[in-house]
Amino acid sequence: MHTTLRVRRFNPEQDHPSPYYQEYDLAFDPSDSVLDGLIKVRETIDDSLTLRCSCRGAICGSCGMRINGHATLACKTKIISVAPLGGTIDVEPMNNMPVIKDLVTDMTPFWEKIRRIQPWLRPAEPAPVAEYLAPPESMNHLAGVMSCIMCGVCVSDCTVLEVDKQFLGPAALAKAYRFVADPRDVTTATRLEALNQPSGMWDCTRCMECIQVCPKGVGPMDRIMALRSKAMAEKMPATCGSRHAEAFTDIIKHKGILDEPMLAIRTFGLKHVGRLLGMIPMVFQSVLKGKIPMSGPLHRPISSIQHIQRLFKRVRTKS
Amino acid sequence: MKYAFFPGCVSKGACPELYQSVMQVYPKLGIALEEMTTASCTGAGVLQEKDEKLGDVLNARTFALAEKQGLPIMTICSTCQGVMSQANHRLTTQPAYLEEVNETLQEEGLTYRGTTTIKHFLWILLEDVGEDVLRQRITKPLTGLRAAPFYGCYIQRPTEALGFEEHPDRGKSLERIIEILGAEIVDFPGKTRCCGLPILTINKVNSLSMVATHTLDAKSHGADIMVTPCPLCHLNLDGMQSQAANQEHTTINLPILHLPQLLGLAMGMDPKSLGLQRNLISPTSALAKMNLCL
Repeated sequence: MHTTLRVRRFNPEQDHPSPYYQEYDLAFDPSDSVLDGLIKVRETIDDSLTLRCSCRGAICGSCGMRINGHATLACKTKIISVAPLGGTIDVEPMNNMPVIKDLVTDMTPFWEKIRRIQPWLRPAEPAPVAEYLAPPESMNHLAGVMSCIMCGVCVSDCTVLEVDKQFLGPAALAKAYRFVADPRDVTTATRLEALNQPSGMWDCTRCMECIQVCPKGVGPMDRIMALRSKAMAEKMPATCGSRHAEAFTDIIKHKGILDEPMLAIRTFGLKHVGRLLGMIPMVFQSVLKGKIPMSGPLHRPISSIQHIQRLFKRVRTKS
Repeated sequence: MKYAFFPGCVSKGACPELYQSVMQVYPKLGIALEEMTTASCTGAGVLQEKDEKLGDVLNARTFALAEKQGLPIMTICSTCQGVMSQANHRLTTQPAYLEEVNETLQEEGLTYRGTTTIKHFLWILLEDVGEDVLRQRITKPLTGLRAAPFYGCYIQRPTEALGFEEHPDRGKSLERIIEILGAEIVDFPGKTRCCGLPILTINKVNSLSMVATHTLDAKSHGADIMVTPCPLCHLNLDGMQSQAANQEHTTINLPILHLPQLLGLAMGMDPKSLGLQRNLISPTSALAKMNLCL
């Protein structure tokens, strides 16, 4: 079977370095991964092709790259699954980080953010004579997030990092949750306070790219949502993000449907009245264009609101 | 083809032109709708930040109402579709959890047995109405119009909950529709990315950067218009486009159309009857390309 690997090349040692694409025709076996294909290219066609790899078994996290536009581990991606009819496969370095050469990226910003969340356990002192004890169910809960192999794939495809390099990002936030939810750690409040700041947990757009691409099923965005939930439960200082979630929930409780103007007013509050005023041009234009809510400007509650309120009471009392 | 119609909060609120255009096109496609007036908001992923189980209970109630009617649900919002699909996935793959959720519904006389199908209008057009019927309804092909697709995150990910394994063409469904309507597809990398709306009130600069990035990118690829099946994306891409252009010190002016608005134009409908005069970025120049005016 044959395929074409279209690889994005970049050599900083050239006089005027600029990325370009190079195509390699390749004979492959149905069991070959894209990494196998790239290694074949390097060994038999072009020994200048530069890539990073090690275990070939989705454990070391070295071979993160973009295959047909989405980040993944090359060792975990079968050629036949991305080019079943033997078409062209686009292979590019990970996004949202500098490229050192060809498919090798500089992970320094990635590690800097991981360090920033202090990825180590901070248990109570003095240490017990034997080991620190933790209930098995809490450690089972953490098993998923502890599967992270730090490959950077989620960071590559994060939609926020594309526009804001300061954002902590999915990998660091998921790692932060691993310690926030560890019952042996006694610095939960300090950790949440740090993550409650700008560029932290509230800047995620919930686009689910990280959930989709994570090769180990860590579900980084789910962990970020769990951090938000914990921050609200622990009464961390309110942010526009937490007020948005609180107000949204409260509006559904009282009306059953969303009331957009009320949501904006309650999200910004008096503290951010300037930002509320910043929405006025859009609101004014909308009214001029006749974009008036069909349920009336006051958004009447839905007819079955008593059932919705009963469900709120029942679920929230139980939890 | 009868559906329990779940219009979603935004089509009844800030984007009434979406509701208006759906009402215009659906009767001509052999679709019958029964609107779910007693269903609540899906939670949009925001309520789920507070309490995921509460979101699942509210959505299970909606699924049970449709199940009682014996109808599949039709959505017209990528976010409603995604949030409902995720809730349904959790409920139907965990029998003990479904039982626990059903306990809360009992008082209203409802039980969800896990049989409700939830389908976006976009998927219904291709999977239920079908390409042949759709082509028969096209009286004014959008020849010469260059349309960029913009999906909305929740109708693209996570694929496991959205039935992409069973329906692998769903990932490219919007391009397929553009093609059937006779317009030219403008492919660009941002079509499956985030519009930025979820962080508009949290980090406006980043949110507007996303609007500017995608609209400018589509324009640089030659788009006359952008079409979306998600009213929340529409709110940001259309409603905040002028502010995004100001932030980036440029002009954009890319009309953003709701999917049924584009469909209605190809079906020969009057632009005003599709609510196109309500779009904040005026589609006048794109309409002129088709010899239409507002």
